[in-house]
Amino acid sequence: MSDETAATSSPEKRSLLQELEIDTRLLGMIGALVVLWIIFGFFTDWRFMSPRNLFNVSVQTASVAVMATGMVFVIVTRNIDLSVGSMLGFIGMTTAALQVQWLPDIVGLGHWSIWIIAVIFAILMGAVLGAFQGWVIGYLTVPAFIVTLGGFLIYRGAMWWVTQGQTQAPLDTTFRLLGGGAEGTLGETLSWVFGVVAAVSAVGIMLMSRRRKAAHGFHLKPAWAEGILMALAAGLILGYVWIMNSYPIPKGAMKRITASQGIEYTEDLVWYHGVALPVVILVVVTVVMTIIATRTRFGRYIYATGGNPEAAELSGINTRFLTVKIFALMGALTGIASIIASARLNAVDVGLGTLDELRVIAAAVIGGTALAGGIGTIYGAVIGALIMQTLQSGMASVGVDAPLQNIVVGFVLVFAVWVDIVYRRRTGN
Amino acid sequence: MTKQTPLVEMKDIRISFGGIRAVDGVSIDLHPGEVVGLLGHNGAGKSTLIKILSGAYKMDSGEIWINGEKAEINTPRDARSYNIETIYQTLALADNLDAPSNLFLGREILTPLGFVDDDTMEAETRKIMKRLNPNFKKISEPVSALSGGQRQSVAIARAVYFNAKILIMDEPTAALGVHETAMVAKLIGELKKQGLGIFLISHDTREMMELCDRVSVMKNGQLVGTEKVEDVTEDDILSMIILGKNPKAAA
Repeated sequence: MSDETAATSSPEKRSLLQELEIDTRLLGMIGALVVLWIIFGFFTDWRFMSPRNLFNVSVQTASVAVMATGMVFVIVTRNIDLSVGSMLGFIGMTTAALQVQWLPDIVGLGHWSIWIIAVIFAILMGAVLGAFQGWVIGYLTVPAFIVTLGGFLIYRGAMWWVTQGQTQAPLDTTFRLLGGGAEGTLGETLSWVFGVVAAVSAVGIMLMSRRRKAAHGFHLKPAWAEGILMALAAGLILGYVWIMNSYPIPKGAMKRITASQGIEYTEDLVWYHGVALPVVILVVVTVVMTIIATRTRFGRYIYATGGNPEAAELSGINTRFLTVKIFALMGALTGIASIIASARLNAVDVGLGTLDELRVIAAAVIGGTALAGGIGTIYGAVIGALIMQTLQSGMASVGVDAPLQNIVVGFVLVFAVWVDIVYRRRTGN
Repeated sequence: MTKQTPLVEMKDIRISFGGIRAVDGVSIDLHPGEVVGLLGHNGAGKSTLIKILSGAYKMDSGEIWINGEKAEINTPRDARSYNIETIYQTLALADNLDAPSNLFLGREILTPLGFVDDDTMEAETRKIMKRLNPNFKKISEPVSALSGGQRQSVAIARAVYFNAKILIMDEPTAALGVHETAMVAKLIGELKKQGLGIFLISHDTREMMELCDRVSVMKNGQLVGTEKVEDVTEDDILSMIILGKNPKAAA
């Protein structure tokens, strides 16, 4: 107890980072990301840092990142989900068949409602499949590893049966927008609106939390530290929007878009992409999942169960039903990821989602989720997914062969977890 | 002793695990403002009996009466609804969460919008800790970072905060130092004065003689006997624990 008083009685000795109260783990991940961008930038004459490439990387990250946020909850409760890649494929194939074969017969080809039905169907299908897996894990007490390993095989097989292995294409034109691409963005004006709203909300939330803390008389960061953080958050958001708004739509796509809108196309007419819809979806998912994790009973119980399942049960938490809910949520997010992935490719073949389960788990783990349970953050998993995608896109643009890419990603995964273990040991967390 | 309704009456409680009768027809009771000690060897069935009352185990047969009314206790949540609070030997804390999250686990304070109100819970935790353990400072750190005594005070705070009427303490001082043990003893005295009924489990016979009004001794799942502490000597109790016979009944 003497060490506590010593620690609290010398507040003036806090370093800049301590004053900012930024998680050092978060800082480490962002640092790693920046280093990777600089390395890949250097070897590609800075093409890697071009708006075009950053646009593509952010779109490619979305699908895995959406699933990674759900995987955090799964891993935090000491479970694992090996089925998400296959499930993504199964949902993608079924939803594609729905758009290509079944719905046109019922409501007519190109009907406005097709994309809405497809989206709702994909999310519900994921939630139902996930809930069933969760029920087998929670109530029949079959280990998650086995249940989802079974799911991994079952969904990949079921996917084939949906269409006898036939590739489904092209998808509904509105549905396709959800995958990004030249048309699937917010456009310049809306992107700025989105960016400003996001930046203002971020700053607003920080201000509100500060006022609440002050009302309770808790320790506050110095005003300048809070100011730096607010400027950083707003700057990052608006900076990203600015970069996306600097990526011109290529001529071919411009001709297509102007023709569809009845505008005459001239060589001088230049429009910019703006923020892609998959990225908007990812932002919304990340915000919602963060609120669930930190501000709801459901989230609190997830972390409590991960930390000490017995204590959670003795506190009156229904841990079995909690498992069902977590896996249903994981399934619903897989449904969303499946929409993004299939819409981006505008086709679904039997290989869709292959190996995605490993990318998702790797993203969550690189993002600081502990397989022992109880620890993990949503933003960490999203950054983890971004690191994975940066590595892959970066190596591809530098010209590294595909087999070597996998080798590097494998080493990075093990290395990242080792660094995390050393970090935890040092900080005693 | 029969003049007022007991706070708790457990009648003819039985539970078996795979053919082993862990608790075999035990009846005990507890009055307001009374401390009843449960004694016995490891495996005598004390913790099992008490876990039936706290809702962690479901009994095979028997009856539980609270305040003269028959009670249905099947889950920890049921027990809590009867104002039964338990401090488990293992403390039952989620190590990765901070003290307020543990204190309010399963009973979070919510904002009007239905979100967990961390700030209010933190403020409440500070208040109760000021009363129980003024040295407690690490409010927002995971409880894994706390010392044994501090962890114990989180577990005790959890039981006391929610206005328990019946308190179960399973080896509350086993992991504590001399100073902290004295603190727990003082707390038990205070709670007793407030009219709580307390079941206390311990191996320390001398400590039990000091803290309890009555002691019940168990052996092999059966009740050996219940005696007022002023009527028996420490040796009497020891022989009950070891031999499984009540010397007073024999005499």
